[in-house]
Order: sequence, then C-alpha cells, then structure tokens
Amino acid sequence: MFELLGIPPQALFGQLLLGLINGAFYAMLSLGLAVIFGMLNVINFTHGAQYMMGAFAAWLLLGYLDVPFWASLALAPVIVGLIGIVLEKLLLKRIYHLDHLYGFLLTFGMALVIEGLFQLQWGSSGAPYPNPIPGGYNLGFMFLPTYRGFVVLAALVICLATWYGIERTKLGAYLRAATENPTLVRAFGINVPRLITLTYGLGVALAALAGVLAAPIQQVSALMGTNLVLVVFAVVVIGGMGSIMGSIVTGFGLGMIEGLTKVFYPPASNTVIFVVMAIVLLVKPAGLFGQTK
Amino acid sequence: MTSQRVGYAILIILALVAPAIAYPVFLMKALCFALFACAFNLLLGYAGLMSFGHAMFFGMAGYFYGHVVKAWDMSPEIGLLAGVAGAAALGLVTGALAIRRQGIYFAMITLAFAQMVYFFCVQAPFTGGEDGLQGIPRKALLGGLIPTKNDLVLYYVVLAIFLFGYAAIYRFIHSPFGQVLKAIRDNEQRAVSLGYEADRYKLLAFVLSAALAGLAGATKAMVQQFATLTDVAASTSGEVVLMALVGGLGTIIGPVVGAFIIITMQNYLAGFGQFVLVIQGAIFVVIVLAFRKGVVGEFAEWWRRRRSTTKPT
Repeated sequence: MFELLGIPPQALFGQLLLGLINGAFYAMLSLGLAVIFGMLNVINFTHGAQYMMGAFAAWLLLGYLDVPFWASLALAPVIVGLIGIVLEKLLLKRIYHLDHLYGFLLTFGMALVIEGLFQLQWGSSGAPYPNPIPGGYNLGFMFLPTYRGFVVLAALVICLATWYGIERTKLGAYLRAATENPTLVRAFGINVPRLITLTYGLGVALAALAGVLAAPIQQVSALMGTNLVLVVFAVVVIGGMGSIMGSIVTGFGLGMIEGLTKVFYPPASNTVIFVVMAIVLLVKPAGLFGQTK
Repeated sequence: MTSQRVGYAILIILALVAPAIAYPVFLMKALCFALFACAFNLLLGYAGLMSFGHAMFFGMAGYFYGHVVKAWDMSPEIGLLAGVAGAAALGLVTGALAIRRQGIYFAMITLAFAQMVYFFCVQAPFTGGEDGLQGIPRKALLGGLIPTKNDLVLYYVVLAIFLFGYAAIYRFIHSPFGQVLKAIRDNEQRAVSLGYEADRYKLLAFVLSAALAGLAGATKAMVQQFATLTDVAASTSGEVVLMALVGGLGTIIGPVVGAFIIITMQNYLAGFGQFVLVIQGAIFVVIVLAFRKGVVGEFAEWWRRRRSTTKPT
C-alpha cells in the first residue's frame, strides 16, 4: 500500500469525496443565490431555510404519503418553490425599490420565522432519511457509497442544466436582459414582474432540490441550513456573483479545499473557507469571477 | 434643543431610580445590549455600513475580560481595557478587509468573519468551548473602593460605563469626523472628490464601533460572570441589528429604546423557547415592510407633524 505525505489513500480520497459532496451543495446553493440576486437584487437569507424545507418536504412525503425518494426529488422542489412564489408575492415584492440591506433583513426575518416554526413542530434534533440506493463500489484505493457518487453527479447535472438554461435558452436570454435593464425589457412587452416571481421560485426550488439530495446524507433537522447558508455567503463573496460558471467552479473548489484541510490540518477545516475569503479580499476584492460594480 | 435636554434629564433620573422598580441584573443586561446596539448603530446609521457580524466584538470582548480577570487574576479595569483593546484590534483586521467591498457584500463579509470567530471560539482552549467561560469572579473596582458583589452598586457602575459609551458616540457623531462620515454615507464619490479618504474614515468608524461593542461585551461578562458561545453566535449579531432597527436606525437614542424592548420581550417570553425566534423574525418582517423608521423615528415624525399642524393657528 502506498502513502501520500504520510496520509493513507483511503483517508485522503474519503475526505476528498466528502469535500466534493459539500462542494456540490455549496455550488447548488450559491448558484441559486446568484440567480436570485441578479434578478431581485436581494440576497436571499432564507436560502438555508428553504434548503431545509426541501429536505423536510421529502421526509414528510415519505412518512405520511409513502412517496419514494425519486418522486420527492421532483415534487419537493415544486412545493417549496410554490411557497417561495407566495412569499415573493406577499412580502419580497414590496421592498424592491429600497436599499439591498432591507431585502437582506427581510429574508433574515423570514428565515428566523420558518426555522423557528419547524423547531416548534419537529424539535431541533434530526430525523434520519433512508438511503435510496444503499451499497457501493470498491474502487481499490477507496470505497465509494453509490448514493454519494450519485449526489455529486446529480449536482453537476443540475448546475450545468441551470447554466444552460440561463446562458443558452430564450427564457434565459430574457432573464439576463431583464437583469441588465428591466425598463427596456418591459417596453418590449415582456412581463418583468412575473419574470422576477418565476426567478425567485426557481432559485428557491434549486435550494429545495439540494435539500432533498442532502436528506439521506444528513439528518433532516430544522437547523440543517442555518450554518450552511453562512458558509455559502462566504462562497459567494469568494466567487463573486457575476458568473454562473464561476459559482459552480468556486463551490466545488472550496468543497475540495475544505476536504483537503480535514486531512492535513483538521482543526482548521471549519474556518478554511473564511480564510480563503480573507485572502481573496486582499488580492482580488471583486471576487474570483466577479466584476466590480 | 432645550426639549432634548429636558428629555435627557428625565431619562437620567429614570435610570437612577430604575433599580427601585426593576431587577438590577435585568437592567444591567439591558444597558449592556443598549450600548452594543448604539455601537452598531454608529456604523450603520452614520457611516452607512451594515455589519452583520458585530457579535464577534461583543462576544470576544467577554472572553478577553473573563480570561484576564479569571485566568490571569488581574483587576476588572484591566479586564475591561483588554476587552475594548481586543475588540478594537479584531475590528481593525476584519474592518480593513470588509471595507474593500460595499453594500450587501460588506454585510456578508462581516457575517462570514463572525462565523469564523465563532468556530475559532468553539475550538480554542481558553473559551471553554461549549461550556463557556464560567465563574469569572466579581472583584472590587478602583483598588477596592467600589465593591461590586452587590448588584445595586454594580448597576451604577454599569450605568456609568453606559453613559460614558453613549457620550462618546454622541461626541463622534457631532464632531467634524461624524460630519465627514455622514457625507461619505450619503455620497461617497463626492466626499472622495472633496479630498476625504473615504476608506480611512470608514475603517476608523468600524474600529470605534468594534471597540464600543467590546466595552459592552466586557461589561456584560463582568455583570453575568460568564462568557459563552451565544454571545459570539450569528443569532446575537442578528439581535443587535433587530434592536437598532426596532428603535430606529440613525437616531441616537433609538437603539437604546430598541434594546430595552427586545430584552424585555426575551425576558417575558423566555419560557416559550423557540417562540422567541419566531416572534423576533416576525418583528423583522413587519418593521422592514411597515415601520422602517423604528419606534423613535416614527415618534419623531409624528411629533414633527403634530407641531407643524398646530403652528399656523
């Protein structure tokens, strides 16, 4: 058996896989944040709560209606996305004319309410979600649980599909045009407010989808998104929100860096992303893929 | 101007007799949070910078105070100084990095740094991790002149600290420095074109705000005799934003009112557990949608309108 810098390969590749999985969630969540920010000019602090709602939706669907994981993968994002649309119609749309900070505060308040209500109803401790594809492969240098491999692949597909949808389709072109100049796009007869509502719904659905994918790996709990969203903010600062591809690359990259830190210097694994953020702020304040605006 | 003086005189008399009506420990906690909220508001209301990570200064100062007084066995004055200096130093480092971005990014960066400090505190040996730093002794102040074991005596000490901090903020805001800050808040490009180095003013405001938040945090550790992870957590950063928002951003007395409202509410709702979070979240939503000026701001406007309608007669 060979060793790399005194680290057994099982540990190294195991942590790299974990990092890749974390990175997959960072990528999906920061992508949703970037899409929402582009259109609504709101940093969606509720993103972590909506990710949690996705996981809960799948868990409840399984528990009460016996809906299998694969159906939840489609159903849960739709349900949570619709709730998101209602929230946008009721609350968010009233603050677009104000400073960005009010959107941040409003969505922070929404997150507190949602997470508080879930805690009241289901407590703070987690509930397990059965693994839909148990088993795994022995790759020789490491053991790969099938579901974890699936999550990484699924996240890649979701990210690339979002990128394709925004950069290569007609609806995506409308979206980008409306981000650039909403008044002009409206003059062409496109219903921009509806486009904004839809964007929010899609961004929220993306967070919920990540939540469903996370359910079998993590415990389903009311606070599962609370700390995650804070890390994702750092990811967004590092990557900059200008580019879709940038969010994806930054998300996966930072997950890997975190995984490597866990192998070589475990005490810093929680903080390494924030250290990277500090370094990026020093070297390239606009973020790796951002434009200064 | 005179009505303002009368108002302050009434408030100070109220503060002096308050322990006769309310429990001193509760009042001291509220005063610490009031100073914390004022420090936060100095940054947001007058420099236009929203820090969503102010708990790192508040909480770390508590740890510094506890470590100096308990582990190093020094006097509480040195503990308070250590809290303020430590928070200011932390403010200098994080502020220098955070002011490189503006607006919403600034909020996210400060939030991220606060989270980093939180994770650091979970692991660092001197904070006691999940248990917190407990049993910080209450030692007499001024070399034994002021015994602080008595809650009532300590209340007046805390009141003096609060008034000192409040007066300092009042002085900053009404100084030329404060005027430049407001100019930068309202139009940064113009302030820069007039020759003011905006970044240096912002950084100074950030460090001052951090130092005062540190004073509040160290005082709280002195009163409660412990420092815990809650004080450095993101939820505390959110709470201070809420206090300033409820009271009224950009009004000097607003955060004090907001802090008392929120602390009183937490006190009465303590038995309801997670309901406090839900209610705090709901207050955020309602204030942002309907009462952006906060209690003091809305009151001031109502007062002005009332005066302007009665004047012509």
